[in-house]
Amino acid sequence: MIPGDFEFKQPASKDEALSMLRDGGDDARPLLGGQSLIPMMKLRMASPDILVDLRGLDDLRHISIGKSIHIGAAVTQHELIGSEELFNVCPIIRETALVIADPQIRYSGTIGGNVANGDPGNDMPALMQCLDATYILESSEGIREVKARDFYEAAYFTALQTGEIVTGIRFPKPESGHGYSYQKLKRKVGDYATAAAAVVLSLSGDNVKSASVALTNLADTPLFVEKAEDILVGSQLTLNTIRATMDAAEAIMEPVSDGRGSREYRTKMGGIMVKRAIEQAAMRADGTAKGGLFGWLKR
Amino acid sequence: MAKTLIQLTVNGEPHEVAVNPRDLLIHTLRETLGLTGAHIGCDTSHCGACTIDIDGQSSKSCTMFAVQANGSNITTIEGMAGADGTLHVLQEAFREMHGLQCGFCTPGMIMRAHRLLEENPTPTEEEIRIGISGNLCRCTGYQNIVKAIQHASETLTSNVEA
Repeated sequence: MIPGDFEFKQPASKDEALSMLRDGGDDARPLLGGQSLIPMMKLRMASPDILVDLRGLDDLRHISIGKSIHIGAAVTQHELIGSEELFNVCPIIRETALVIADPQIRYSGTIGGNVANGDPGNDMPALMQCLDATYILESSEGIREVKARDFYEAAYFTALQTGEIVTGIRFPKPESGHGYSYQKLKRKVGDYATAAAAVVLSLSGDNVKSASVALTNLADTPLFVEKAEDILVGSQLTLNTIRATMDAAEAIMEPVSDGRGSREYRTKMGGIMVKRAIEQAAMRADGTAKGGLFGWLKR
Repeated sequence: MAKTLIQLTVNGEPHEVAVNPRDLLIHTLRETLGLTGAHIGCDTSHCGACTIDIDGQSSKSCTMFAVQANGSNITTIEGMAGADGTLHVLQEAFREMHGLQCGFCTPGMIMRAHRLLEENPTPTEEEIRIGISGNLCRCTGYQNIVKAIQHASETLTSNVEA
């Protein structure tokens, strides 16, 4: 399969890249790892006239960790997995990156491409909603910020304007001792999720101090489960509160019936992913009473 | 569109090649440079038969434009054996442990295993299975491929110790 013809541009700086994208308008597309765009071009489902290669831009390649965590758009999944510093403060990034595609694709695929493409099957968008990330959007007109929770409009439709790119991601460093889990049900390595859920929570004794839940591939956008926080925070993780969270999550899911399963099946599995992610996050959180509180989970 | 001149170092040899922007790296390797070891299997970045090593990373060369590889250092299966034809330890291990039947996936498997062992010289069986999860084989059921990589790992590690 041979893609359509295009002009390949390699800007030397971010500003040059933004000018090229402005001048190219709707005919130009930014290129990072290309692991989504190139297959689409081979299938002729995308046929940009101009590709602007952003991989070489050092401005987009940083991972910096302070009160908040900044990750440049061109950081690859492989680099995310390999960063011990990032793993020490936010291990769910590695856990999620490891279930994206396969090793070869993770060397090339980037976090910026994963979040900006708007593919509902991508795993990072729900994680970014779970972590309450902010995307940094830049164009030749300037810079603006959009919350991951507000960025996605429909499949492949996002807040990005023509000529605008995601240059980086910022999110608050999760509280030390937090529990986390990304649970993804898939048919095989490299598949998109049949259903997946990201959970980050912290505990104070037996009570939930903070909690955040988001879902992958269960609608035409990632889903942030707003009600989960109300249900979980301040309560104990009993069968009833977990069941209520699953119900709240299932109520907003709208998966399509496809090769991965019927709408009903995928919704049910979405609930199960939420349950497993909460349970695993709780067991990983400091302050979890060993055995006692969670003894019933194993029955 | 006008052709672009790109520089590639492939298996240690410098090349200057004129490519169209839309030329995929696998086609440049196979058709322009005559290196037909990397295979086109699925052509959709699922099967891994086109895997090559590029600047120290495993890459599916069917999902990369040749222009993106400009200036890079590439190793394909043709670059694994010694100049005198002595098989690379991984090639020898695949032969020894019957790590192939039809051989179609083998160039990709070996290139991926090469990078895996460079990064992790003593992988566990699970790490090997995760490491080659982007490469499909329809003959062997993977068991002997895993054994071959374990065997190569042992040989390479004992060579270093000796």
